[in-house]
Parts: sequence; C-alpha cells; structure tokens
Amino acid sequence: MKPAAFIRHVPKTLDEALKVLSDVAPDDGRVLAGGQSLVPIMAFRLAKPAHLVDINEVEGLQHIACDGKTLSIGARVRHAAFHKPVVDGPLGALLSYVARHIAHYPIRMRGTFCGSLAHADPSSEWCLVSATLGATMVVKSTRGERRIAAADFFEGIMSTALAEDELLAEVRLPLLAADTKFGFYEFSRRAGDFAMASSLVTYRLAGGKIADARVGVGGAEPSPRRIAEAEAALNGNAPGEDHFRAAAAAAADAVEPLEDHQTTGEYRRDLVRAVVHRALEHSI
Amino acid sequence: MTGTKQTYVGQSLPRLEDRPLLTGQGRFAADISFPGQWTMRVVRSGVAHGKILSIDVDAALALPGVHAVWTGADVAHIPPIPFRLTGLKTLEPYRQPVLAQDIVRYVGEPVAVVFAADAYVAEDAADLIDIAIEPLPAQVRATEPPGAFAEGLSTEPGVIRKGFGDIEAAFRDAHAVVSLELSVGRHSGVPMETRGAIGRYDEARDILEMHGAAKVPHWNRDTIAQMLGRERHSVQFFEGHVGGGFGIRGEIYPEDVLVCAAALTFRRPVKWIEDRREHLIAANHSRDQTHRIRAAIDAQGHILGIDNEFFHDNGAYIRTHAATVPDLAAAMLPGPYRVPAYRVAGHIRLTNKTPAGTYRAPGRYESTFVRERLLDAIAAEVGVDTVEIRRRNLIAKSAMPYTLGLETLGTHIVYDSGDYALLLDKTLAAAGWDELQTQLQARRAQGEKVGAGVAMFVEKSGLGPFDTVRVDILPDGGVDVITGVASIGQGIETVIAQICADALGVRYDTIRVIHGQTDRIDRGMGAFASRVTVMCGEATRMAANKLRDKALQHAAQLMQTGAESLDIVDGEVVRIGGGPSMPLRELARALPDGLSAEDTFESTHMVYPYGVHVAAVKVDAATGAVAIERYVIGYDIGKAVNPKLVEGQIAGGLAQGIGGAFLEEFLYDEAGEPLSVTFADYLMPTAREVPASTILITEDAPSPLNTLGLKGAGEGGANPAGAALAAAIDDALQRPGAVTRLPVTPMRLKAMTSG
Ligand SMILES: Cc1cc2nc3c(=O)[nH]c(=O)nc-3n(C[C@H](O)[C@H](O)[C@H](O)COP(=O)(O)OP(=O)(O)OC[C@H]3O[C@@H](n4cnc5c(N)ncnc54)[C@H](O)[C@@H]3O)c2cc1C
Repeated sequence: MKPAAFIRHVPKTLDEALKVLSDVAPDDGRVLAGGQSLVPIMAFRLAKPAHLVDINEVEGLQHIACDGKTLSIGARVRHAAFHKPVVDGPLGALLSYVARHIAHYPIRMRGTFCGSLAHADPSSEWCLVSATLGATMVVKSTRGERRIAAADFFEGIMSTALAEDELLAEVRLPLLAADTKFGFYEFSRRAGDFAMASSLVTYRLAGGKIADARVGVGGAEPSPRRIAEAEAALNGNAPGEDHFRAAAAAAADAVEPLEDHQTTGEYRRDLVRAVVHRALEHSI
Repeated sequence: MTGTKQTYVGQSLPRLEDRPLLTGQGRFAADISFPGQWTMRVVRSGVAHGKILSIDVDAALALPGVHAVWTGADVAHIPPIPFRLTGLKTLEPYRQPVLAQDIVRYVGEPVAVVFAADAYVAEDAADLIDIAIEPLPAQVRATEPPGAFAEGLSTEPGVIRKGFGDIEAAFRDAHAVVSLELSVGRHSGVPMETRGAIGRYDEARDILEMHGAAKVPHWNRDTIAQMLGRERHSVQFFEGHVGGGFGIRGEIYPEDVLVCAAALTFRRPVKWIEDRREHLIAANHSRDQTHRIRAAIDAQGHILGIDNEFFHDNGAYIRTHAATVPDLAAAMLPGPYRVPAYRVAGHIRLTNKTPAGTYRAPGRYESTFVRERLLDAIAAEVGVDTVEIRRRNLIAKSAMPYTLGLETLGTHIVYDSGDYALLLDKTLAAAGWDELQTQLQARRAQGEKVGAGVAMFVEKSGLGPFDTVRVDILPDGGVDVITGVASIGQGIETVIAQICADALGVRYDTIRVIHGQTDRIDRGMGAFASRVTVMCGEATRMAANKLRDKALQHAAQLMQTGAESLDIVDGEVVRIGGGPSMPLRELARALPDGLSAEDTFESTHMVYPYGVHVAAVKVDAATGAVAIERYVIGYDIGKAVNPKLVEGQIAGGLAQGIGGAFLEEFLYDEAGEPLSVTFADYLMPTAREVPASTILITEDAPSPLNTLGLKGAGEGGANPAGAALAAAIDDALQRPGAVTRLPVTPMRLKAMTSG
C-alpha cells in the first residue's frame, strides 16, 4: 500500500497554482486538498497521478465569507470549520449539524468542503447540501473563471463538470431566510461511514402551510438531487405525519436507486423513504 | 512487616507490560529492522482458480533497486506447510505450497515474491510482473456438491464423524422433531497490527533468526527448521510486541517461510510487512459454516437426541490448523445440555476462497449459534419461554464431572466442574430479566420492536500437554520467569507475575516474565486455546514453590534455623515471629550456582469454563438497523487471577462477537472475487457500535484439575454473542426462528420485517 512515485508541487499563490495545474493536467496531475479521499486511492494504486498540486499553502483560499446574501467557502476550508456555526441563522446551524455526520473527527480536521464536491462521492454530505440548497461553484483555470450551478456540476459517481486543469476555488451557498426550517437524516451501517441514503429538507411556513420546500436525497443515486415529487407533496400542506409520509413515499418512488453487492435497489428505496421521513420529522 | 503477606492472585492490579506500550516504546514487527535489509513484496493471484501459463518477471528485474524475484519454480524444493493440530492423514495432499505451483486456488494466493531495496520499489516491481492465468471454474459454496481439487482429489477431503447414544431410537421415539438450517458468515480475527516477519541469517554463528514471531514460536521454529532442512537449534524465533492474535496471527504462513528461505539464500536480512489489503485476503479466514440440524424432543421439550450435519467452508487449502475448527464445532455443539444421543457429520469442504483457520472461540461461535437457535426453536415448539427450556435441559451440578463421550484436540471431553443453573440465575438477576420482560412487553405494545434473548455455552481452555517454567532469582533481587508461552497482548506478564509473587513471596512488579524467545527455553507450547493462564500459571506456581523450598533450605543453613520457621515476604527471607532477615538477592549471591528452579505441569484434559449472555435490542423496522440496549455476560472461570484483565478479555471478545453478528463478512462474487478487501467493505465494529456491557465474573466452579482452580478466560466474550443477539432480534420481531444466518445485516433484517 505504497503509492506510485509522484511529484508534489506546493504553489503559494492562486496564479501559480493554476499555472502548475494547467502544466501538469495532461500528465494526470491532480489537486491535493485534504487528501482524505485522494491519498487512500493512491495507496491502493487505484490512481497513480504523476503530479500533485498541493493547494494547502495557496493564499486566498482559506476564507469563509458572508456578504449578507451568500456564504462563500474557499478551497482550503476544512470540514471541522463548520463544527460551530459559521454564520448566524439557519444556514450556520444546518452546516454545523450536517458536518458532524461526515466521517470521523481526524478526517474532518483535514478534509475540505470543496474537496468533497470535487470528489463527488454520491453519499457526500456537502454534495447533498450543495444540491439541495442550490450552491454555485466558482471554478478557475488559466483560461479564466466560470460559475457552475450545483444541478449542472454533479455528473455522476465521482464525476463533475470540472475540467482537468480547473480548480474549484470557492463554493457559494445562498443564506437561508431566518424562518427557514431544516431537517437532516442519514443512514449508514456504522457511525461515520458514508451514508447508504441521506436526506436534507428545508422549507418555510406561510400561514401554517409549507412553502419553498426543498427535499434533497443523497447516496441513493449517482448524484444527490432535489426530488420535485416530494416537494410537491409538501408545498401548501401543514407539516405533519400524513404529508411527511406522502413526501417520503414520493421520494422513494422517484429515485432510481444505485445497487451494489450489499444493497439491492429495493432496499435502497426503503432507505430513501426512511431518511426523507426522518429528515422531515427532524425539521419540526 | 512479617505476617502481613500481600496476596496478588485475585487482585485487579495494573498491567506490568503497559509502560513501553503507553510511552511509544513498543517493538512490533514493523519496528524491527537490520542494516542492509531487503524488503519482500508478495505478488498474489488475481484469479480464484486457474492454471498458471506464464510469469514474466523481466520488467520487474530491470527496475533499479530490485534484487531478485522468485516464482514457484524457485521454491519447488520447499515442502508444503505442515499441520500443527488435528492433522488427519487424508488432509495432507491439500496443504499449501509457499508459492503456487502451476495452479492458483484463491485470489490472494502468493504466486511470486520480489526482493527490493525498499517497500516502494518492491511494490512498483510487483506491479510489473505479468502473470498469465487460464481461469478454471471456481467453487464458491461449501454446500454444493464437491468438485475436484486436483487429479483424483475431491474438494471434500474429509468428514468428521462423532457421536454417542442411540440416535435412531431417539428420533424414532420422539414426541416431535425440530429441524433448522443455519449459517454463520465468513469472518475472522483482524488484529490492529498486520502480520510481519523478518528473516536474518547470522553466518558467524550459523543461526537463522526470525523476528516477528507470535503465538507458537517453538512449534514454528521446529517446523521451519524442518522445512528448510536445518537443525532446530540453528533456527531461533523472537517474539516482540504483538498487536493482537485472535488465533489467526502467529501460525506459519507462506510469507514466514519465504523470508527465512530468502535470508538463507541471499545472506541478507529480509523484511516483510503485510498491508491491510493483503491481510484481508491472505491471513486465515474463519467461521464460514452451514448446519442442518435436527433435535428429537419429548413433550416437555427435553432433548432426546441431536443430529448435526454441517458444511465447513475451509477455503482453498488446509493450513496449520487442519481439521481443528470443524472438529471443535462437532465436539462442542452439545454445550451445557443433557443430550442422550448425538450424531455429527462435519463435511470439510474446500472452496476457491482464502484458506481458513481458527479465530477466537473457533468452532464454538458457530456451534453455539446453532445449538442456541435450536433451543429457542424447541421452546417455540413446546410453547415455553426460552429460559425455561434451558433450565429443563441443563446438566446438573451433581452430574459433574461430566463425561460427554466425545474427543477433540486429542483429549476426552470431560466437563471438569460447573453449576450451569446457578450461573443462569445470577446472570438473569444481573440483567434484571423479569423487570426487563415487563418493560419490553409494554414497549412492544406501543409499537416498538424490542426484545431480549439468552444464550448459554460451555467453553474449553487450558489445552496441554505441558508447560515448563524456570524461575531465576537475579543478583539485583529481580525475578525472571522464563516460559515457552507467548504474549499476544492478553496480559500474561502480569498474570504470571501475580501467580509467581504469591507462591514465592516477592512483589509482583519485581518479576519479569520472559516469553516467546526460543533461545531462552528449549520447549514451549505458546499461546492459543485460552491455555496460558491455566497451563503456564500452574507450571509457574509449581516452579516458584520449588524455588521457595530451595531458598528456605539454603537460608535455614545460613541463618542457622529450621526452614519451617522461615517465610519469604516481599523478597526477604524472614523469621516467622521476627528477628534478622535476609534478602533473596543476597541468598542468590551467596550460592555458587545462584538460585533457580524449573518445573513442568502436564495435563491431558482441558478445563471447561461456562457462561451466559443476555442481550436486549431494538430493531429499527424502517431501516433494518439494530441497536443493542443492554448486554450482560456471566462467566465462570473458576478463579480470576486478575479480574480486570478477565473483563478486558470478555469485553474485547464481545466486540468481535458483535462484529460477526452484525458487520463483519468476507463476501465473494460467483467467480470467487473477494468483495471485502478494505476496511470500507469489511466493517469492523467501532466504539460506537459496541455497547457498554455488564460483566459478572463468578468463581463457583473452580477446576479440580489445577491447584488454583483456574480456567481460561479468552473466548467467552465472543462465543455466544451471535446466538444471544439472534435470540433478541427474534423476540423483538416476535418471530421465533426469524434469524437463520449471521451476520444480520440491515438489508437482511429489513427483508425479514417486511416479509
Ligand atoms: C474513513 C473515511 C470516511 C469518510 N467518510 C465520509 C463521509 O461520511 N462523508 C463524506 O462526505 N466524506 C467522507 N470521507 C471523505 C472525506 O470527507 C474527504 O475529505 C473528502 O471526500 C475529500 O476532501 P479532501 O479535501 O480530503 O480532498 P482530496 O482527497 O485531497 O481530493 C479528492 C479529489 O478531489 C480533487 N480536489 C480536491 N480539492 C479540489 C479542488 N479545490 N478543485 C479541484 N479538485 C479538487 C482531488 O484532485 C481529488 O481527485 C471519508 C474519508 C475517510 C478516509
């Protein structure tokens, strides 16, 4: 379990980083952020990148900033940064609650928010958050900058819209209105494992009725996404067991579940029903 | 200070071995290096079954830093690895060669080895070795009809048959017959420290050394000497710290032989450290067994006879344990119950999977699961509760010692002592069983899926045939206890010191226990089968007594008094009733040959601890998850030398039992491809999955076979965990017999709840 030989580059500025990345990208050069996914893959020699562009010393990527409308998270921000709320209001509370479900403490001390998005594991909590809340990815390369909406960013299991020479420099999450309710639930066989299914829900109440419902499901399909059918089952209805149950059933019907040797599609669908239902229960 | 002699046996004293471990001074296999050493990397088969067509090593040899590559042809002269235990003659053709010869039989089988300057180059070179294999059909299920292992050899090399009583009559006269098919999944001991071996040849002394030895250093030394054609004293094994054994570590594997052969050939130290992926496909698997069992019962649920047929999936080869696991499964199945007639046919079956061996409570985790499921099924059949059915069938205290009428490991099974019903009462009381039943009922009425289960078992421990111990008084006043057993981290240095301290009259922390070094003592049996405290403990007590007598004789002369008026307290020879005294170290210095004594304890019978596990669980019907709400263990081990360490053994065993019940499973696809090759797929329980447990250690039935009444404590935490948890799940679902297979994964359980 020793990785194949590689050259590690340690740029100090963003321009330098983008320059090296564009130079080494054709030679399977990769960004190294927290290394919590990439390093194990290299140890198993499932990946043998010839170059690593280590961004851990690049200035200007460690920010968590709020302009009153969006929260910007730089590429060096680690999972552990969210253990305590980073902004007042429901978004800070939501991120803090979700963060605790990612892996184990030592991994959260190294792994990054943007690294999770770039890695695009179907079960990643941050991918689910980004898809559900409609994040915007700020992507940079020597060719310039582009912005990609979460719905267009995730392209499948560990596959994103990022080109090889592009750095995910920042992710932007819209702040949630102060009266937003949220709920989150995930199921895994052991504490800290990647979820076999997860759900994040947010909504507001207008005259006691659910409005602006967002129901995100992760871990069940190649990429996390919002489930319109479940949202429709909620909007305009009072929060409560009947409608929660209906939304959970709608989500379970809507997904095209991933299967693997330990998980049939049928069981994964059952889990989707369970996690959506419990995320909704958690929202009250 | 006379008269107030401290007693060490029975006290929960701190472990003597912890200081180096806690201060980072431990010396595990990977910590050992020699100047000029080469690194060995094993190239393993990626095909479950096939014929080797060619192995191209040119590119690997051309890589700078690569010294040599061996394939099967280079080691064809080394015999296959022999058996250590339970070696039936018919099994011999199925032994594993150190490198595959023409045919590969499991994914992970060593096919070639690279010797290189360091681990990185070695792995680069291993990647460059091109092995062409023509695939053959893979056998992946032991329950299917046997195929061919090789020309004229079936994949069923043997069937274990045992029994007693009139089984035909039992079934003929039965009021009812209960039949079940039950299986336990393939899992194994996964120690934190992977395996490792460092071979070194000392040309000046003509000694071949192996470092990284564990478990059975003497046997392994003798065997490797034999395999490599050397005289046994010209091979020495050295045990360092061992990060967990659990039965699987310390047996001779191909890699151990290879580092030794290479050290001899190349005259270079050769180091091999297993990586985790290798460990999960190369080290012994265990537990993979399916039973078809029937019980004949009378109208009250008394057992009249048990007919037990099972299929033991031994993987691709027969390794050092030979038939040990299925033999124990066959012999230990009757457990704590009166079984008037018994018949077993245990089919040893080879499949194209990693070879199997012993793992903590070998054969008993499996057979306890099966027997206790059977008891629960009998309870359901006659309509009594699961505790009552056990009470009706338990062997009475008055029947002890109880001759079972079966043999295993070369010994007759005679339960030496026990009061099974008493321990059941005590454990149920500790679990608050009656109140628990009321609570569970009330919660079930509210729609919760909660339940509790009980499992009982008899363990075996203290396997002989002997252990020898020498005790030396050192000139500085320290005491060395030199033994041929081994430490796999279980605390033997402390426990043996406690026993020696009491017998000799010295402080336990002045005693150094030396183990696992073949150059310090000529013979030894090692550490397995919960044998060390019993066998080595009694040998230590005997040797220390001998030494005490010797010391008092000599001191009596020097102190001009009778030996009977002297005692040894805290390392000083004192006069009973006061007066001048003499430290043991002075006595040792005064004697020309120093002060030491040796003794051997021999035993032809094992000793049989027994226990009860009680589990309460809550099933999450929506996901199939199980939460353990309460876990209580009662275990009678005759005499607990150090209760804290016994608790540690039990708690650790329980974690492994829970792993096997819920999480750990080596899965294979139809082509024999292993699917559980990393810790992301082979799920070990963590602190979050293992609940706090209540452990009740009792000493109601000391063993009559040794002076202190000792029985072993290593395996009772694991043994019935699968059985107890299965029973609790059945109860939670209110469906007796629902669990027929371990591990109970959430998906399997969900299928039961909706089915
Ligand atoms: C035992 C274990 C359990 C885990 N459990 C979970 C879990 O429950 N939930 C979860 O979400 N994660 C889990 N993880 C993964 C962990 O959260 C990782 O930290 C995360 O997936 C990747 O972040 P990283 O910063 O470590 O990225 P790295 O490992 O450094 O990189 C991952 C990939 O993303 C690319 N990359 C990283 N950053 C960028 C960037 N800014 N721009 C472009 N490409 C980039 C890399 O090139 C690489 O291909 C677990 C990891 C382990 C080891």
